[in-house]
Amino acid sequence: MAKRFSIRQQTGFTAIAAACFVLLYLPIVVLVAYAFNDSTSVSEWGGFSLRWFVSAWSNVQVIDASLRSLQIASCAAILATIAATMAALATTRTQAYRGLTFKYAFINQPLMVPEIVTGVALLIFFAQIKVATGYSGLGYLIAAHTAFCIPFAYLPIRARLENMDLTLERAAADLYATPWKAFRRVTLPLLWPGIIAGLMLAFVISLDDVVITEFVKSGGQDTLPTYMLGQIRRGITPEVNAISTVFLLLSVVIVTLFFFLSRKRD
Amino acid sequence: MPDTPGKNAIEVRGVRKVFGTGEAQVAALDTVSVSIRENEFFTLLGPSGCGKTTLLRLIAGFDFPSEGEILLYGSDIAPLPPFKRPVNTVFQSYALFPHMTVAQNIGFGLEMLGKPRAEIDARVAEMLKLVRMEKLAKRRTSQISGGQQQRVALARALAPQPKVLLLDEPLSALDYKLRKEMQIELKRLQHETGITFIFVTHDQEEALTMSDRIAVMSSGKILQVGSPRDIYDRPAERFVADFIGETNFLDARIDSLDGGKAKVTLKSGASISATVADGFKPDGDATVVIRPEHAKAVKGQGDISGVVENVVYFGTDTHVHIKLDDGETFTVRQQNARGAGATFERGERVGVVIGDDAAQILKD
Repeated sequence: MAKRFSIRQQTGFTAIAAACFVLLYLPIVVLVAYAFNDSTSVSEWGGFSLRWFVSAWSNVQVIDASLRSLQIASCAAILATIAATMAALATTRTQAYRGLTFKYAFINQPLMVPEIVTGVALLIFFAQIKVATGYSGLGYLIAAHTAFCIPFAYLPIRARLENMDLTLERAAADLYATPWKAFRRVTLPLLWPGIIAGLMLAFVISLDDVVITEFVKSGGQDTLPTYMLGQIRRGITPEVNAISTVFLLLSVVIVTLFFFLSRKRD
Repeated sequence: MPDTPGKNAIEVRGVRKVFGTGEAQVAALDTVSVSIRENEFFTLLGPSGCGKTTLLRLIAGFDFPSEGEILLYGSDIAPLPPFKRPVNTVFQSYALFPHMTVAQNIGFGLEMLGKPRAEIDARVAEMLKLVRMEKLAKRRTSQISGGQQQRVALARALAPQPKVLLLDEPLSALDYKLRKEMQIELKRLQHETGITFIFVTHDQEEALTMSDRIAVMSSGKILQVGSPRDIYDRPAERFVADFIGETNFLDARIDSLDGGKAKVTLKSGASISATVADGFKPDGDATVVIRPEHAKAVKGQGDISGVVENVVYFGTDTHVHIKLDDGETFTVRQQNARGAGATFERGERVGVVIGDDAAQILKD
């Protein structure tokens, strides 16, 4: 009997895999470790300390940028999830028709167009609106983030809808539920884990965006990532490490929740 | 048999259902008309793709007819959405709501109708008792067995007291023993609730044992409607005779015709009496159908004769497969009795005696 091909038994498989994991995680480990460094250098260990966390916490600019990031991410994630839920319902609760694939592509466009292109396009577009309306608030950033978060919210919701038994909605209708009631009492409760997953994914994606934010933001509208980028230009202190560590912790918590929610009730 | 007692719960009038357009057009239902009486256990029987499920979906409102009307106690419901029809369905897959308990599932319909809480609770308790599921009311539907899910699906559909209950092959997912139990259970439920049942199945035995009347369907048409006995003993068409039970077909020539009776001559030269399918005017050559248990194999001379090809013992009866002298095969089913009755050997010459009125002349 011929041996089945197994990638695990190829020469160097373990070494390559190990190298990949080291490349991925070692820098993060170093970053987190140096967040607790007592020295002002990012490369010399000067003993354990929490001073950079304290310093970041008392830095008004960091707090300001963090709150702005959370505000934008919350608004964008909620708006994107609402739009994505409607889009997912419209593209799954239908017979396949010509142009449906085009619609998928249309919804997922932000995944394919380079961010830099979107950034420049939005910069020019929003500049014209700013001139016309005089408005220069956070609305532009929220709108931009909402747009590129939609596909990330859309994908888990659509996956959940596609696995749902259509007969359940039919059964609800058979038992005197109007379309709205059938949606609220049957479709929505079953779709809920998908919606939460999409919401959290969108939140994380919005939270760490740099490119589009950099192009769209007006003066004084730094988000945490763009603030940190600005700091690095002026020389790095372990304060950046401390902020990154908190950021990382937040992402890990959200992604873990996402993982458990998407597994639940399947 | 007269076709008038009782009111009609459902009247299907000239219903056509066409899928697709242009060249690819397929008629799933081809001008079907049928009346279903109040309190009747009515079965739509046919092979897969015959249109029985399509007809059920049109009555439930999941699809709309291309032509024709569907009357529920005299008023046309064909254009109404499913949630406006006092008709409930038991789905093949049960379609129980996985995020609700057994009791919540059963109460769903009443809740949607806006009934007061007290009434819903009372009715749910009554339904749980009816299907003997009182102990599992608080369970999730994923925590109960297939047979129990089946009962919940029935209780859920019966709870709002529909005018008509539709059942879409509800027993097909159950194993043999459970299916037998549920057949009896369904008959009991229908009797106790007095609700009109429309039952879809492809299982002829299920149809014969449970139904008051059966409609046999094929290729989008209803071929025959009648009591199980009518359908079995007096099939109108070759398809009906062939689909239900085991059957022998013989070529014959019509000698004389008198109302529903005829004298025919078989190829063997034997002359036998036969009944004629309702509304059928045969002339010249015809096909007669004879059920295996309505003929008898004998040692010696019969109406037709041949050689025993095979003998199969079934416990309650024995099937004797005979190759007739004209080359056709013919099966006889004989009741077994202890230590009695003739036994036959393979290769033995036998005669077949056909009883009076055992033969039915049918449309080919």
